[in-house]
Amino acid sequence: MLNKNIYLILIISLVFVISFWIGFNVNLLPAEASINAPIYDELFKILFIIGLIIFIGMTIAVVYSLFKFRKRDNQIGDGIALEGNLSLEIVWTIIPSIIVLLIGLYSYNIYDRMGGMKELNHNHEMMSSNTEKIWAGISQTSDNKMPKNNLSIEVSAMQFAFLFNYPKGNFISGELHVPVDQKVSMKMESKDVIHAFWVPEFRIKQDIIPGQPTILNFTPTKVGKYQIICAELCGPYHGGMRASIIVEEESDYNEWFNKNKKPEVNL
Amino acid sequence: MTTLDSSKEIQKNNSEVNETHEDFRMFGLITFLIADGMTFAGFFAAYLTYKAVNPLPDGAIYELELPIPTLNTILLLVSSATFHKAGKALLKDKNTDSQKWLFFTAFLGIIFLICQLFEYFHLPFGLTDNLFASTFYALTGFHGLHVTLGTLMILIIAWQSRINGGRLTSQNMFPLEAVELYWHFVDGIWVILFIILYLL
Amino acid sequence: MTISIDPQKTNDESLQPKGWLRYFSFSLDHKVIGIQYLVCGFLFYLIGGTLASAIRIELASPMSDFMPRDVYNQVLTLHGTIMIFLWIVPVVNGAFGNYLIPFYVGARDMAFPRLNAVAFWLIPPSGLMLVASYFVEGAAQAGWTAYPPLSITTPQSGQIIWILSVLLLGGSSIFGGINFIATIIKLRRPGLKLMQLPMYCWAMLGTSLLVVLSTPVLAGTLILLSFDIVANTGFFNPVLGGNVVVYQHLFWFYSHPAVYIMVLPAFGLVSEILPVHARKPLFGYTTMVFSIMGIVVLGLVVWAHHMFTSGTPPWMRLFFTIATAFIAVPTGIKFFNWVATLWGGKISINSAMLFSCGFIINFVFGGITGVALAQVPFDIHVHDTYFVVAHFHYIVYGGTVFIIFSSIYHWFPKVTGKMLNEKLGILHFIITFIGFNLCFAPQHWLGLNGMPRRVAEYDPQFQFVNQISSLGALLMAISTIPFLINVFLSVRNGKDAGDNPWNALTPEWLTSSPPPVENWEGEAPLVEEPYGYGKEISEQK
Ligand code: HEM
Ligand SMILES: [Cu+2]
Ligand SMILES: [Cu+2]
Repeated sequence: MLNKNIYLILIISLVFVISFWIGFNVNLLPAEASINAPIYDELFKILFIIGLIIFIGMTIAVVYSLFKFRKRDNQIGDGIALEGNLSLEIVWTIIPSIIVLLIGLYSYNIYDRMGGMKELNHNHEMMSSNTEKIWAGISQTSDNKMPKNNLSIEVSAMQFAFLFNYPKGNFISGELHVPVDQKVSMKMESKDVIHAFWVPEFRIKQDIIPGQPTILNFTPTKVGKYQIICAELCGPYHGGMRASIIVEEESDYNEWFNKNKKPEVNL
Repeated sequence: MTTLDSSKEIQKNNSEVNETHEDFRMFGLITFLIADGMTFAGFFAAYLTYKAVNPLPDGAIYELELPIPTLNTILLLVSSATFHKAGKALLKDKNTDSQKWLFFTAFLGIIFLICQLFEYFHLPFGLTDNLFASTFYALTGFHGLHVTLGTLMILIIAWQSRINGGRLTSQNMFPLEAVELYWHFVDGIWVILFIILYLL
Repeated sequence: MTISIDPQKTNDESLQPKGWLRYFSFSLDHKVIGIQYLVCGFLFYLIGGTLASAIRIELASPMSDFMPRDVYNQVLTLHGTIMIFLWIVPVVNGAFGNYLIPFYVGARDMAFPRLNAVAFWLIPPSGLMLVASYFVEGAAQAGWTAYPPLSITTPQSGQIIWILSVLLLGGSSIFGGINFIATIIKLRRPGLKLMQLPMYCWAMLGTSLLVVLSTPVLAGTLILLSFDIVANTGFFNPVLGGNVVVYQHLFWFYSHPAVYIMVLPAFGLVSEILPVHARKPLFGYTTMVFSIMGIVVLGLVVWAHHMFTSGTPPWMRLFFTIATAFIAVPTGIKFFNWVATLWGGKISINSAMLFSCGFIINFVFGGITGVALAQVPFDIHVHDTYFVVAHFHYIVYGGTVFIIFSSIYHWFPKVTGKMLNEKLGILHFIITFIGFNLCFAPQHWLGLNGMPRRVAEYDPQFQFVNQISSLGALLMAISTIPFLINVFLSVRNGKDAGDNPWNALTPEWLTSSPPPVENWEGEAPLVEEPYGYGKEISEQK
């Protein structure tokens, strides 16, 4: 009996060790390029490890039963007439409930840190009036760290392109240029069908909906060129609906900005 | 195992089936009405959401006149009562009375439909004018379809409750009871619709 | 000690059904209808599978080079719609439900046989109509979710035919649901208590409740959508002041329960199969029943987890995260109970058992990714990517389709009186299991790294992994060959099965195989312990 328990404990610890090892050493995610990304990856790691433990554990249990309790050729008759075990069943109701609850609370915390629980209407420069309804989106975390620079961009999506309006420079660009380490605040609206704005390296996505402006705020942290991908089926060329986002040093960004800037037209 | 005479047994089974037959047809109908009710629930939910979050364009007319729908509410409520009378009469084998009440109920249903059409023709908005107008027509139209269907069924059972040759008797109440339940259901939906669409 | 109850022999030959033509008739016999559902569903599965192969061929290269882009979208829409509405739902509900439920409640037929036949005969015409729409002006191309405004702006005829056929299929499903509820509640043999019913009855009761409560909402929504398309109303058309997100809410109010409509019956079937081949009672009957009902209730209030990146406000995102994650609890209980059912049994390793165990493993994987997807911050990155595609194929294919095959191996002897060939069956399992995992496991990585779903072209860096996935799809296509050979050979020259080859205790095995027209020549047996394996005979009536 003691022997058996030792094996059980050994196997369970092995499952844990393997899961943690895989969780920490196997990277399934693309590069991290926004301040959301490391937060997301933290959540991913935890979920990945818990998932691995459950999956490996269940698989071992099934395969082991198939092997250990397989019917041998000379056997006849049935297995034990065990119809249930109340305390066992209570255990595997309560433990998963607790795990699920903890995961839920933890992901709430993550979501909050990503800025998901923030007021949606907060100080977007282009908000024509405070009454304009913003339907959904993600605000930004760490407002207080970077209060001064808040680049506002208006995104409009159509079949099958994104257009980025820089109201301060009074120009429209097909490429999104943003300075690194600065908060970008986008108000997005679609001209025809539903599209979505997705940058995998930033771990953010928000649908761009006709008739319902949404916002998306983010802070890039790594200079480079990334893809903006449309993630909502929008027609035949949906697969080709991409744009580039170029994250650059502030000086480079300013140079690009000044080159494209158009003089304000005063009517 | 088979000590029983099998022919006797099949007889027994048949009689069992007959005993419970009536019962679960009604049960099936109730399940169906729950499903049907969910369709309306979906429409109501859509209507209320639109009302809460989608502002209408300026100048849209969404006030409704109350007299006709109030009359319609009364018509349907009365028709529920008259239908009930028809059932009671049939139970007492008074087929002629029953038939009279049924025709009267159908008559009320037809008046309801006429009033509804009258309202449609005098409304200041059309189906595609705005979100409110579209939802209004969809909801009342879908309900009107139910009333039309109900009226037709009432006419059919009224025909069947004729004295000679009619299938509807106090021994075979199911068609009447089924249509009656359906009619009450359509009534209930109207009351909810009236409150949500006209009063709120 | 093995209990064996002698099945009632059908001595009277005239009671044996005859003539294959009855499968093409408006038959009222629940067994005939069940087989009609199964075969019809399988034919559509082959069509849907062909479409899937076309998708995987297109995705073997990063460019859109195999078919025109709009055709690709039509193929993808037809694939999803056919697999869901014409294969999974009709087969796990209609086919097995019709065949088994009357036996399980001890009845001679379903409560409303005529309604039952009508429900089946709605399926072939609407399915054919859907397929035919491709040849008219092109099929619908807005995905199986048909989100407006895309579905309003794409060519009308295809979308309208799509709506019409989904409405008919929904109607069929509702009629079926009403019939199952009435049969299980009202048609039970005298003396048979609810808590003595085989688990599949509970699963079908729960499923049918979901069908009855949620399918009508889909019907209403699609009617509104068709108005938008043909009558120029603006329910979901933002140009006319409509609200596209309302459609999503209404659609998912049906379509999340729909995923349980696809999987709860499979839960029921596996609960019948495991105890028989493990020779042990089903572990935790009562908790199983409660978890089914828990899934039904929770399943109705989690729909917005499909809309985390749509126009949903933060509080809604939060509520639906918690509710969704909690569905994992009753689901988990069932899986622990199944493993406990295996534990300490005397397990026959045969095709039915292997497919069931494959189901457990695949579904656990899909459930885990499901719980991850339920977390808003997690979902925001992977929503509408190949990660989601992988998740639900693990559930729907790795789960439900595996169970459909498991059930075919298990009940084939019942239906035909012949055994299926075990060697071919195990070959079928191995190819399917490997092919399936090869096809879908890599898609998780694709989604995480930036490949959105429903695309005909993609970034070349994903080519290699996509080719692995396509290779898996090829294996899956090949895996149907041993299966079909097996079925065709066994129907004609299979080994005689006898009446109860598995020594099973559930009522359908207590009559001859194939069963007589009215299921039992004599009175239906009262089975108080459908899972009484390992008990003494004397305990079993
Ligand atoms: C353990 C319980 C489950 C959880 C927590 C869960 C969670 C989720 C979530 C959150 C999504 C949305 C992902 C997204 O679009 O971003 C999703 C998608 C989906 N799930 Fe599950 N799921 C579970 C089980 C199931 C089951 C049992 C089925 C079906 C039999 C299923 C079928 C689907 C399908 C078809 C989709 C994608 C629908 C689409 O967008 O086309 N899931 N699931
Ligand atoms: Cu797109
Ligand atoms: Cu769902």
